[in-house]
This record gives sequence, structure tokens and C-alpha cells, in this order.
Amino acid sequence: MEQKMEQNRTAWDRVQTAREEKRPHASDYIAKIFDGFMELRGDRLFGDDRAVIGGIAGIGKRYVTVIGQQKGRSAKENRHRNFGMMKPEGYRKALRLMKQADKFGRPVILFIDTPGAFCGVDAEERGQGEAIARNLFEMAGLRVPVLAIVIGEGGSGGALALGVANEVWMLENSIYSVLSPEGFAAILWKDGKRAAEAAEVMKITADELCEAGIVEKVIPEPEAADREHMDELAGYMKQEILSFLGRYDRMTSEEILNQRYERFRRMAVPGSV
Amino acid sequence: MLRGKFKKTETIPAGEDFPESTFPAGGMPDTGRETGKNRSRKEVPDGLFRKCDACRKILYEEDIRENWYCCPECGKNFRIDPWTRIHMLTDKDSFEEWDPDLTGDDPLSFPGYEEKLRDMRGKTGLTEAVVTGQALIRGSRTALGVMSPDFIMGSMGTAVGEKITRMVERATAERLPVILFCCSGGARMQEGIFSLMQMAKTSQALKRHDEAGLLYVPVLTDPTTGGVTASFAMLGDVILAEPGALIGFAGARVIRQTIGQKLPEGFQSAEFLQKHGFVDRIVRREQMRTTLGVLLQSCACR
Repeated sequence: MEQKMEQNRTAWDRVQTAREEKRPHASDYIAKIFDGFMELRGDRLFGDDRAVIGGIAGIGKRYVTVIGQQKGRSAKENRHRNFGMMKPEGYRKALRLMKQADKFGRPVILFIDTPGAFCGVDAEERGQGEAIARNLFEMAGLRVPVLAIVIGEGGSGGALALGVANEVWMLENSIYSVLSPEGFAAILWKDGKRAAEAAEVMKITADELCEAGIVEKVIPEPEAADREHMDELAGYMKQEILSFLGRYDRMTSEEILNQRYERFRRMAVPGSV
Repeated sequence: MLRGKFKKTETIPAGEDFPESTFPAGGMPDTGRETGKNRSRKEVPDGLFRKCDACRKILYEEDIRENWYCCPECGKNFRIDPWTRIHMLTDKDSFEEWDPDLTGDDPLSFPGYEEKLRDMRGKTGLTEAVVTGQALIRGSRTALGVMSPDFIMGSMGTAVGEKITRMVERATAERLPVILFCCSGGARMQEGIFSLMQMAKTSQALKRHDEAGLLYVPVLTDPTTGGVTASFAMLGDVILAEPGALIGFAGARVIRQTIGQKLPEGFQSAEFLQKHGFVDRIVRREQMRTTLGVLLQSCACR
């Protein structure tokens, strides 16, 4: 790949890039990386959340289950997609599709791109907390390989609910955080305007998180990802996904489960007073 | 046949078939204390009086203590520290603490965080926002975790996540049930993404505990919010809550600000969650030991 576009991009620059309109969304990656995509809809309990899409797709002569948080491009599309902010029925749809993948032995590929889980009265009434918790719990029991790729914003529990994977990768200009930099600054400094400063201390960029062992791989963006010019990027991602699938083909379901468990088990920094 | 055991009394709230107060119908073994009267804990703040933040009445501390740290006038459940809770619940001298010295780190090198932790430890006498261990409750052995409302709002950082995970893993290995009193403002912001990962870590440990066929009961106390609600608080076989506890994922203020929606009456209260199907029982403090004792016995059959 070519020289990186700018070596010294600040974390706040990357936040801006991650949110750019021209940035490819889940549906763009699905169309470019996979052969065919048959969307499957609904959580069988309440409805079909359009902030997340999922279904069956082909890649390299095999089937996988693909699920992605879906943002919109126009104001109208974003209303339809709720800006990629899922409600409980979205998490429950995603879980239904993941359990279906588990039943039929299909690996699961997830695209994460959300400002966070939706905050609203209806989401609370239908158990937003329960829906996210259930995904964390049940994803820990999936016997098939699970790969999550953060393509834009990885916002908090709303992102993690699709992130209990064997490996998590991030695009170079994506972010993954406990809360938006704006929210973080508002809570800790009572000043949401200090978001840029917050972004620098939060460790939210792909490089920082890879170094910290939170993600396994950074997908380079020689040029900031752009849906009009994404063939090279998608081709690279396809090769990497195929190599991921090949690696996990050699593992038993027991090994896959244990590897995922250990991955998250390590994520502590215990000490003592 | 069983129905006769659930006698209705005058205290039954409308529409409540099996009120807490009539279960069990006596005869259950009890090895400890039943009332709050003979308990003297030093954790009670100094001073003789306190104003109830719900009904605004001026109350004697002594009366509050004797009323299970609830307002004698309006019944408001005041927040209590982990050790008071443990003494209220467990059989005499049965609690054994696990990982008492475990602490986290400062993974973001966040300005002022180390001092804040030191300050909190001094103020609360706790090393972190959760106390874990094992105890007997009405004769049944169980792993028990209790979160602290006073330690950085009970927020979950790496130490809280690690202590809860170790407790659940040890309970799985020793075939013990887990009871966890939740009380948290959510993920601890000062530890950033490392706090977020504790949601996955604790949930996957509970998954293995569940697969081992063991009982897990989270008890939601005021407040249970954010990343704790979106992980271990909602994963129980049976979910209990204290009356009036604030329970939710997103904060009410955040919802009001970002969405501009008006919030319904009693939004995110324990009663609201029960109405929407997310809480099995709302249990008054004086009934908590009995309720947990029955659950522990009823699930110890296999």
C-alpha cells in the first residue's frame, strides 16, 4: 500500500473522518466484499430495526452470516436508519441471526458503525440494557468463528453488543470508545466543548487500541475510505477475511469458544494496594 | 395445592397475586437475625438527624437504622454501603471476602484519577467499588458481591470487572450460586475502553456459570444504570429489585436532552421495569434475606 496520507493525524481528526458522509457504510462493504447478500429481517418479537442489516452472503465458495450497523446518507435515509443507532429489536434481530449461523455452522462477520445504542423512552421500555446484555452473554457461547470490523464509529455498549468476537479489527480512521468524546468531556469535565481534548486522552484510535491489545488488526487506509473509491480497500479486506476464515477452519468449536473467552478475559489490568 | 401456601393478606397491593410478605409460609430454617434492631454498624454517618430526600421529613438516624435504612415515613430505601448490606443479609460471621486487595490501574493515565482513587479509598474504607466473597444466607452457601454507591458512583472499571469475573469463575468451579447487588452509574469513564470491555468479560463468565446449571440472582438497587444494566444486571435467572430503585440503560437527562422526549411518570423505576417485564420481584429490605434464602434452597435441587 502507498504512503499513509498523513502520519500525524490527531485522534480528533480521526473522529471527524470516522463520521464523514462519504465514508463507506456497512452496505457498501457488504456489496463489495461478498458475493450476493440475502437479507433476513426481524427479531420475531417486536419488529425489524432498520439501523442494522443482516443476512447470508457468500465469500470464497462458502456461506457466512453478515450483520452490519447501517447509517444513512441523506436526512431521509438517516431517519429510516436512525443514524445507525439500534433499538432492542435490532440487537435481538442480530442475535437471532447469529444463533442461526451457529446452528448451521456459518462463521459470522460483523460491521460496527454506530454512535451508540439508541437513547429513548421506547428503547428503555423494551429493555435496551437487557438486549445488549443478552448479546454479550449469548455471543460468548457461539461455536462458530466471529469477526467484528469497526468501519466508522464504535460507540460504547451499542457497539460492543456486536463486538464479542474472536478477533476485532478496525479501519485506520475508525474509532472505538466507551462514550463519544463529547459525552466523555461533558461527564468528566462538565464541558462537552472539550471533545477534541478528550479524544486525545481516551485511547480511541485504531493504532492506540491495537497497541493496547483491545483489537487485533488495523486495516490501513492509504486514503481516507471513500465509497466512490473503495475497490482497493474492499479487495484487501476480502483477502484478510478469507485468511481469517482459513485460520479458524483449523480450530475445533471448543478451541474457538476458549480463544474468544481468553481474549476478553485478558482485558484487565489487575494490581493491588 | 401450592396455591394455599401463598395466602393473601391485607397488605397485598392490587393485582399482586403472590406478595412478598406472605412467602414463605413459615417453617424455613433460619440461622441468623431477622430484624434490623440488633445491628449496630459504624458506617452510619455521624449526627442524630437526617432529612429524607424523598419526603423531606426530618428523621432520627436511630429510627432509620432500625427500619433497615429506609425512611420510616415514606419507605424510601436509602443507599447503603456494602458492609452494612452484607451484615443485613448474611448469617452471623459467615462472610469470607475474596480478592480484598485487588485494584485496577490507570490505563489512560487520566489526569487526577490516581488521586481520586486514593481519596475514595480513604473516604469509603473500600479498595474498589465492589466487595466480593462467599457467605451463608439462611444456611445456604453462595458467592456474594455487593457494589458500593459511594465509590465513584459504583462505576465499573477494570478492578470491578475483574473482581466480579473472579467471583463468578470461582463460583462456577466450586458449584456455588451467585448473588450480586448491583448499584452503579455504569462504566467508569476514567478507564475508557478498558471499562467497556468489562461488560463482555463479566457476561461471558456468567455464561459459563449458567451453562454449569448454577443460579445467578442480580438484585438491582438504586441506582443501576449504563454498562452495568447492559451486562450482568440483566442476566439473572431471577432478577430482584429494591422498591423505587432507579434502573435504566441511558440516563433520563440524556434521553430528555438528545431526543427531546417527555418522560413518562415513574420512568426507569424498579416498578416501571417490572411492569415492562424485566424484574421478577420487587423486594423490601426486611424481606430480602428470606427471599434470597428461598431462591437459594429452591435452586439447590440438582
